[in-house]
This record gives sequence, C-alpha cells and structure tokens, in this order.
Amino acid sequence: MAKKLMKGAEAIGEAAVQAGCHLFFGYPITPQNEIPEYLSSRLPQVGGTFVQAESEVASINMLYGAAGAGERVMTSSSSPGISLMAEGISYCAGAKLPVVIVNIMRAGPGLGGILPSQADYFQATKGLAHGDFRVLVLAPWSIQEAADLVQDAFDLADYYRNPVMVVGDGLIGQMMEPVEFYEDRQPIKELPPKTWASTGWKRDRPKAIINSLFLDPAELEQHNIDLKKKYDLMERDEVRFATYGALDSADVVIVAYGTVARVCLSAIEALENDGIKVAMVRPITLWPFPYEAVREVASKAKDILVVELSTGQMIEDVRLALHRPRPIHFHCRLGGMLVSPEEVIDKVKAIKAGTSEEVHYA
Amino acid sequence: MPEAVFVRPDSLSDVSTHYCPGCTHGIIHRLVAEVIDELGIRERTVGVAPVGCSVLAYNYFDCDFHEAAHGRAPAVATGIKRARPDLAVFAYQGDGDLASIGMAEIVHCANRGEKVTVVFVNNAIYGMTGGQMAPTTMPGQSATTCQMGRDVETAGHPIRVAELISTLRTPAFVARASSHSPLAAVNAKEMLRRAFKYQVEGRCFSLVEVLSTCPTNWGLTPAESTEWLEKTMLPYYPLGVFKTPDGDDRAPLPRKP
Ligand SMILES: Cc1ncc(C[n+]2csc(CCOP(=O)(O)OP(=O)(O)O)c2C)c(N)n1
Ligand code: SF4
Repeated sequence: MAKKLMKGAEAIGEAAVQAGCHLFFGYPITPQNEIPEYLSSRLPQVGGTFVQAESEVASINMLYGAAGAGERVMTSSSSPGISLMAEGISYCAGAKLPVVIVNIMRAGPGLGGILPSQADYFQATKGLAHGDFRVLVLAPWSIQEAADLVQDAFDLADYYRNPVMVVGDGLIGQMMEPVEFYEDRQPIKELPPKTWASTGWKRDRPKAIINSLFLDPAELEQHNIDLKKKYDLMERDEVRFATYGALDSADVVIVAYGTVARVCLSAIEALENDGIKVAMVRPITLWPFPYEAVREVASKAKDILVVELSTGQMIEDVRLALHRPRPIHFHCRLGGMLVSPEEVIDKVKAIKAGTSEEVHYA
Repeated sequence: MPEAVFVRPDSLSDVSTHYCPGCTHGIIHRLVAEVIDELGIRERTVGVAPVGCSVLAYNYFDCDFHEAAHGRAPAVATGIKRARPDLAVFAYQGDGDLASIGMAEIVHCANRGEKVTVVFVNNAIYGMTGGQMAPTTMPGQSATTCQMGRDVETAGHPIRVAELISTLRTPAFVARASSHSPLAAVNAKEMLRRAFKYQVEGRCFSLVEVLSTCPTNWGLTPAESTEWLEKTMLPYYPLGVFKTPDGDDRAPLPRKP
C-alpha cells in the first residue's frame, strides 16, 4: 500500500482494522476521541462492530466478553479512563485474555488537563491494578511506529494470551505523518487457534470457562506461578529499544521514550555540531524495560540524563539498569507543557559544565 | 423397564452445588437449564456468572461460561453477543451485583437492546459477603450493616428493578417471578422460557427478576424463608410481565402465580 498522510489517531484505528481487530468498545475522552470516531465508521465497513460503552468500566468488561469469545478486540482511552479500567484489566490478565488497550496519556493527577503527558508510566509498567500481573507496554515515537506497534500488539496479545497496552501522548494522537500499511504483513508470532474461547460447547473439547477465580489457594498459587513464567518469557523475548548517537564515547547518554525522544534526537544532532557527543537509548517496550541496553550504553558514557513528561517516573528503571549507583540528571516538563530541543541542549551543556544538579545521587 | 420421570437437565453439570439448604439459587439454576434444554440451544449457549453466591455457576451449568467482575455481567454479555451474535448469551446476577455496583451496566445493556437474557436473582440481601444490606433489602429488614432494620430515611426504599428497566423506551421483555413455591417456580420457568425465546428469535433484550430466599442471612429456616418472602417481599415486588417487545412502552400486568 502506498504511503498515506494520516493523523495518529486514525492510523491507530486503521492499524487495528489491518490487524483483524473485529470489535472496539470505548467511551469518549480527550485527547483520543478520533480513534473511536474513526473506528465507528470504519469497522462496519469490514464487518466489524463498534460499541460506544456507557463508561470505561463497561468498555473493558465488554472486551473481556468479546476477547473471551475468541475475537480480536481493542479499546482506547486516556489517563482517567484507564484508571477506571483497572479492575477489568486485572480480570483480563487473570483470565488470560488477549486484549489491546491504547492509552493516549494526558496530564494528571485527577482530571488534570487534556494536553500531552507521560505521567502514566508507573501505572502502565508497575501498578496497573490489583494482583500479580504484567502487561506488555509499547511506546511509539512516530505515527508509522504507532501503526506498526498496534498491529504487533494484537499478535503479542494473542501469543501470550495477555493484555497489551500501547501508550502515546497527545502528540501521537494528533500529529499527521505519512504511514504505510503492508498488505502482505504476517503475524510476528506463530498463533495457535483459540481452542480455549467460549464459542458454544458441543462437548468436543474441554468446557470453556473464562475466569480469574481460584478458590483453592494451591491452585491459585500455581496459576500465579504459571503467569509469572509467561512474564519471564516476555522479559526474555520482547524487550525492544533503539539507540542513537555516539554510543561508544558519549559525554551524556539520554534515556527518553515516545515523542520526547524525537525532541531529544534533534537536540543530539545540534549538540554534535557543537562537538558534544550525546547518545540516546529509547525504550520501545516500557515493560519489559531495556535494562541491558541502558546499562551497556551508560557504562560508556560520562553522565546520564533522563528526559520525560513526568516528574521522573522512568528514573527508577534507569537506576535499576545501572551497574553501580551513579548520578542521574533529569529534565522534564509537566502539565501538558512540552520539552523543547533548546531545553535539552541547555541541560546537556549544563551537565558538561558541572552546573546541572543531579536528581539521584550515587 | 423403569421410566425416569425426574432427571437432571442436560444443561446442568453432574455435580452438587455449594448453596445453603433451602436456598433457591439451585431451583433457579434448574429452571434456566430446563429452558435451555427445551429450546435445544445448549450447544450455543454461553453464560455469564456474577460475583455473589452464584459466582461458581460456571461449574453448575454444562455450557461455556464467563465469570464476570462484580456487577459487570451485562457488559461481558454484550461483548460475547456482539462478538458472536449466533450464541444465546445469558447473565445470572444477584441484587447487589445488578442493582448496586452494576446498575449502570444493566440499564445501558437493556437500553441498547442487547439481545441477551438477564436472570436477576433478588434475595433482598448480600448473600456471599455475609448478609449486608442490599439495594433491594426491605424497609425494616435487618442486615449486618443495618442491624436495626433498613431505615428508608437514610438508605432509601428498595429498588424495584423490573419496574425500573421497563420504563426504558427500547423494546424488551421484562418480568418478575418468584421461586418460593412450586407454583411460583412453574410461572418463573414460563417467564424464563419467554425471555430466552425472545433472545433466540433476535427480538430483544430480556430480563426476568426472580425473587429468591437466603435462609442463612435472613436468619430463618427454609420454611420460614419462603413464608417471609411471600408475606414481605411479594406485596412490594409484584409478580408479572412489565414489558413485552410487542406492547407499549410499559404495560404492567401484575398477576398472582
Ligand atoms: C469490586 C468488588 N466490590 C465488592 C466485592 C465483594 N462482594 C462479593 S459478592 C458481593 C455481594 C453479592 O450480593 P448479591 O449480588 O446480592 O448476590 P448473592 O450473594 O446474594 O447471591 C460483594 C459486595 C467484590 N467482589 N468486588
Ligand atoms: S448465603 Fe444465602 S444466597 Fe448464598 S447460598 Fe446461602 S442461602 Fe443462598
């Protein structure tokens, strides 16, 4: 297919359709309304179903039903809506259901604001809801990557029988960029038929029970052990990241993800012209986090800088990635304000000049 | 050869339930299963269990099942039915599940006219969690969280779900039945049969509220419980068909079983 200029939200919707997503359930919230709006007219064209649910609580439970019946399903929302889905996502994880959830993050806490943010990092990667579970978290930095990752998300969800979350900020939803969909795209995993789905029981297979309840503690312990094994496999096989710049000899290594990483890349190019060598590690999977890659690049760099649209939630993972405790510098904008390349340039120069205050001490 | 005159319905699993002696959840299960058998739809029926005493319904019905989060069974049923419209989908819910935490889901499921059937078991109490006040608890009825009896000044009056749902403009079949006597059960089965039939015919959403007993948390014997249901609940919760897809917006036809 030829490249087409698309708004991020539309590209995410079309990517779901291309991936064979059959049903979308969602509740309006800015700044992601263009995703359900697009799908409300697009899904019926391909024999799919769009339902505007009464709330995010209902949306995620509709996903629970439709995914349990064996179909590819998606919802999208923004921060407060994802909070409302928490219980349902935990149920999906417990019942091993493949669902795809898009979070176009906005600034919080509470009602916060409608402008871009990355303040749901902790929520997505560590504390999505109650119970011992994990979801794969994919963070695109461009519209093309958003389209690609959404399609991959469906394969990963089916393969692991687990929720997969795609997180972007408002820019990912609103930007327009050329996007290409590949007609001959193949699933990135070998996917077995969904013999576990509730499709009506003719007694020719075990009865399908989509369920997260285990009253026997020994059984529930085993269930948790089995889930953990799955998460271990994800940690081993699904880490994704990209690296940029002077990896072997950086004065400063930046760790940033999503659209913030693009801003940082412009800064890196400008700094190179000034003779300052900067490298960058961009996590594409926020969970599993690319600890090895950060450790590797950081070990060769003098200083470490984390740039985020949050008060420093990712710093915790960067700390964990390091061999030994080292100072970390940090730059952020909050509340929907954006980081500019100039700010990153100034920050890197300040680090070099020894005038930047570290946020995490050795 | 001896002839079997009373057998387990094909749609019920060959297991014993965990319900307390005298609890009518089991009777209601059986009525639903008999209806599924008689309509010949077991192979394409998927049930949704609530969080409540009937949380383990997936072990008792011999068909595919989902166990839903507390109150969300109508949303889960919506998801299943929209994914596979050829299935017959029913949700089985208690009164805390449906009329308290899940009120939004049931109202909107009915209002969208989802072609699913909801079996709503009203026992005027939270059974599973140990007898707390439900939205359906009778005025003056004591529960562990209203030990002096439900005070309508602060807790409001019991919610009449069948009446409430029947005010929605979207065509539906809405009825209330009871399980406290053999005659009532025969009527309840007829209501359930109509409810499932409307769904299978692709006609409309259907809900049957079934009055039920909870001897354990009412603190009564099984026999006293059926008597209490009849004396206390029946006058407030009239039985009958409140709405049909053929009728007007709302056509209450209270009748004694
Ligand atoms: C989110 C959430 N809140 C509370 C509970 C606890 N809980 C379990 S069952 C129940 C009430 C069940 O009562 P009802 O729906 O009337 O069914 P019954 O047990 O009487 O059949 C509650 C409050 C829960 N499981 N989940
Ligand atoms: S607690 Fe009440 S509703 Fe629950 S099984 Fe016992 S009698 Fe039935």
